[in-house]
Amino acid sequence: MGFERQKDFGTPEVKSDETVTLTIDGREITVPAGTSVMRAAAESGGDIPKLCATDNVKSFGSCRLCLVEIEGARGTPASCTTPAAQGMVVKTQTPRLQKLRKGVMELYISDHPLDCLTCSANNDCELQDQAANVGLRDVRYGYEGANHLSKKADTSNPYFTFDPSKCIVCSRCVRACDEVQGTFALTVDGRGFASMISAGQTTDDFLSSECVSCGACVQACPTATLQEKSVKEIGTPERAVVTTCAYCGVGCTFRAEMRGEQLVRMVPWKDGKANHGHSCVKGRFAWGYANHKDRITKPMIRENISDPWQEVSWEEAIQFSADKITAIKAEHGARALGGITSSRCTNEETFLVQKLIRAGFGANNVDTCARVCHSPTGYGLSTTFGTSAGTQDFDSAMDTDVFLVIGANPTDAHPVFGSRIKKRLRQGAKMIVVDPRRIDLVKSPHIEAAHHLPLQPGTNVAVLTSIAHVIVTEGLAAEDFIRERCDWDEYQDWARFVADEKHSPEFLEAVTKVPAHIVREAARLFATGGNGAIYYGLGVTEHSQGSSTVMAIANLAMVTGNIGRSGVGVNPLRGQNNVQGACDMGSFPHELPGYRHIAGQEVRELFENDWGVILDPEPGLRIPNMLDAAVDGSFKAIYIQGEDILQSDPDTHHVSAGLAAMDCVIVHDLFLNETANYAHVFLPGSTFLEKEGTFTNAERRIQPVRKVMEPANGYEDWEVTQLLANAIGCDWTYTHASQILDEIARLTPTFAGVNWARVTSGEPLQWPVNDKAPQGSPIMHVDGFVRGKGKFVVTEYVPTDEKTGPRFPLLLTTGRILSQYNVGAQTRRTGNNIWHSEDVLEIHPTDAENRGLADGSFARLASRAGETTLRVQVTDRVAPGVVYTTFHHPDTQANVVTTDNSDWATNCPEYKVTAVQVTPSNGPSEWQEEYADLTAMARRIANEPGREELEPAE
Amino acid sequence: MDINKLRRMADQIATNFAAIGHDNAVLATADHINKFWDPRMKAQIFADDRSALSAIAGLAIEKLARGADPAPQTRATQFNKVDEVGHSDAG
Repeated sequence: MGFERQKDFGTPEVKSDETVTLTIDGREITVPAGTSVMRAAAESGGDIPKLCATDNVKSFGSCRLCLVEIEGARGTPASCTTPAAQGMVVKTQTPRLQKLRKGVMELYISDHPLDCLTCSANNDCELQDQAANVGLRDVRYGYEGANHLSKKADTSNPYFTFDPSKCIVCSRCVRACDEVQGTFALTVDGRGFASMISAGQTTDDFLSSECVSCGACVQACPTATLQEKSVKEIGTPERAVVTTCAYCGVGCTFRAEMRGEQLVRMVPWKDGKANHGHSCVKGRFAWGYANHKDRITKPMIRENISDPWQEVSWEEAIQFSADKITAIKAEHGARALGGITSSRCTNEETFLVQKLIRAGFGANNVDTCARVCHSPTGYGLSTTFGTSAGTQDFDSAMDTDVFLVIGANPTDAHPVFGSRIKKRLRQGAKMIVVDPRRIDLVKSPHIEAAHHLPLQPGTNVAVLTSIAHVIVTEGLAAEDFIRERCDWDEYQDWARFVADEKHSPEFLEAVTKVPAHIVREAARLFATGGNGAIYYGLGVTEHSQGSSTVMAIANLAMVTGNIGRSGVGVNPLRGQNNVQGACDMGSFPHELPGYRHIAGQEVRELFENDWGVILDPEPGLRIPNMLDAAVDGSFKAIYIQGEDILQSDPDTHHVSAGLAAMDCVIVHDLFLNETANYAHVFLPGSTFLEKEGTFTNAERRIQPVRKVMEPANGYEDWEVTQLLANAIGCDWTYTHASQILDEIARLTPTFAGVNWARVTSGEPLQWPVNDKAPQGSPIMHVDGFVRGKGKFVVTEYVPTDEKTGPRFPLLLTTGRILSQYNVGAQTRRTGNNIWHSEDVLEIHPTDAENRGLADGSFARLASRAGETTLRVQVTDRVAPGVVYTTFHHPDTQANVVTTDNSDWATNCPEYKVTAVQVTPSNGPSEWQEEYADLTAMARRIANEPGREELEPAE
Repeated sequence: MDINKLRRMADQIATNFAAIGHDNAVLATADHINKFWDPRMKAQIFADDRSALSAIAGLAIEKLARGADPAPQTRATQFNKVDEVGHSDAG
């Protein structure tokens, strides 16, 4: 599409079963009751002048520009605050209205710089448009009076400026911050002429304020007051392409607004089904990594990891890789080979990598990052519901009465959905938070959880079973639902189990450290408070009983009847943009795309016939087992696309030992990541802006990824995989990602109805998309569970082996922060670093004082696995005995400290529970010093063949 | 591979199935290992000393080592048939 702003209807869409019909400027229009006259006019093709109204926030009625005449009504009401009524006759353009509007506009312009020609918003400014719209030709008041034209701009935020000299105090930014984002960081300070938009206190600027840089205010601003710095630097965009964000699993859609091949800004798409026009600091602004100087765009090889990298041609790098793969296969067999697919890449790319491993390499040793995040969700929900997909779409949250958020921090890790939850809470829904930390959903402006259960890390199953105990023993179970939808006998077995006194909150309080009365009150609220929805994250799955916790969650949803309609359900919040898709595409070692076990002969034959190969019928190795086998000498080579296991996976010493033991490590990525320190081949990757394909978000929504610029490395990632495949003897001939999607649809029943034309048409597609559900399935298990009856599973609490003691008396738990994303490879190379330039250790004041640690001092964090050093942040967000840190920075490398404990069913690592000690420190740990040396050595790139001079990669 | 790690994995599975009763837990543990473990892991633990394992895990490994191919004991091991859409174990 060419560049034009998205149409702004002025006020939000209203949903109502009732309609009204009115006439606007002679046009008859029918709209839902409650719709504003302004929106009705816009929907019928009109354009009433406006400044303070925008359709992302409620009407305000302050600018007085949208006045209209209504037959039979006195005066000239504001169309934004006047609801359309049956039979109403409205005129929007009359000489009287024009005079009034011109007068209003004249006042605005009398205190506005007349620098349109040199203004960065020239031709992209609503004030400019409306001045033209009302026919303003001159200003009678002059410009000499009191004004705000000399006010200085606030440039503290890395991504946008606030220039009060251009502000018309329409308050759209304030309302966007309140209503859309829910942070309440902005206000109108002062009264009358002194009114100014202000971020926080008088001493605050945008950076030091509570602002989370979501960009909602910038999007709402009708002038150049709040504007992206990139627009000031590059100029206004000339075209826009709708694409999907490559950060978290929410799957926001954006307009990539372009000037030539240069990205000017990412603007959240108002028609986006997951985000409805909202964004977070990552998706909105943190795309600078795409052109960062660290990006590697030429292939590189080396015989040994102690050698410097040699830049080579694509042909040479691919042949080098193929020779190694072929030789290892000949000597050690196919099962010595494997690969890791990327949850950051497209469905098509992921599908192709697993196809390369299975059909090209000849082994099933393929895995993906879901191994270390939501694999227990797969196991747990499959066991109970018959399918592990999240049961709801995000919009379902707006029908929820009671949220139960367990082990998730949506306002940091899934911020756009976090804002949706906050919006619903402000409408009156209740919140129960089960988390060792006091996350923002426990208490922040205008929201407060009804109950916070600050449990001891590692006791999720005990807490959930005790909640179930209360529901069953107090007669709060939804027995009608259970009799109809679940196996009644199994329910009775389970009910007897949870009703046992040893599962009561009082008995378990000693283990969970949650006061029993809080558990009881929370259980009663969830069971009786209306629509109850459970949202959970890695605080549930990354435990030795991750799978059991997921089953306990499913039990809770079933026992309260909270399945199969809007507002309820069980919702795993996926970490990465395409982790759902990566799993759908057969990334696990035991199953082919569509969740069909590799041992099934008919299943194998389907793929064998299509691919023209014979497949290994045995399951392959999971990531941690690949590393074990490498140390053992039976696993020799790995192809890793878009994943940095050295930083992201637990027990760094073990990961590095496994990688170092391999004969061939091929890393396919944007940057020389930490894993690449142990690589023999580096294949440059392409960003989400440089490729076409699809991502599947946490709601199973299949969305398009569009190429807006040519790949800097020359190839989309699927093309690189195809080059490698063909070099080892495959005969692949894909010329566009859509052909891979066709193959996926041909071989995968859930994708049967999916194709590129439908994906790019904007049609909402949530799998399964097939003959039974041609439009997809927003909510699962509506009339019954997908497979048979709901199954209650007894979940016995088994304490983790990771226990505190005299040497390691504290429990470490890890997580994410808003501004950084996973291993930080992308966000550390953007302005986001200003908010979180290093990992810090949150520690309770009592624990800090006992150790002589003050806020900001360096501490040594040690476990039985390893140790590192980092600064401490003294805070009561964590309970005594618990410490918390993030894992975004490789020079801290929190995973040196985490252990190789894992979930019993899936081997998902137990990141969330590590027994540690914290002591004062005056320097980096031995590991940190050694790793810094290794990195410097491993990243050397030879300038030219034959020259001895070397230069570091960064 | 580190046999201690394999033993720990097998015992962990057995412990978490223990609540469904001894005989069922043996079957479920065997089914789980059969469906999810790579052949070299299976071969190594088949060759290991059963007494190094918990009772349930030891019996499960014994069954598999003797060639048993247990039917699915949980829905997590009931995978989709070739043309089925219901099941997913998305991580």
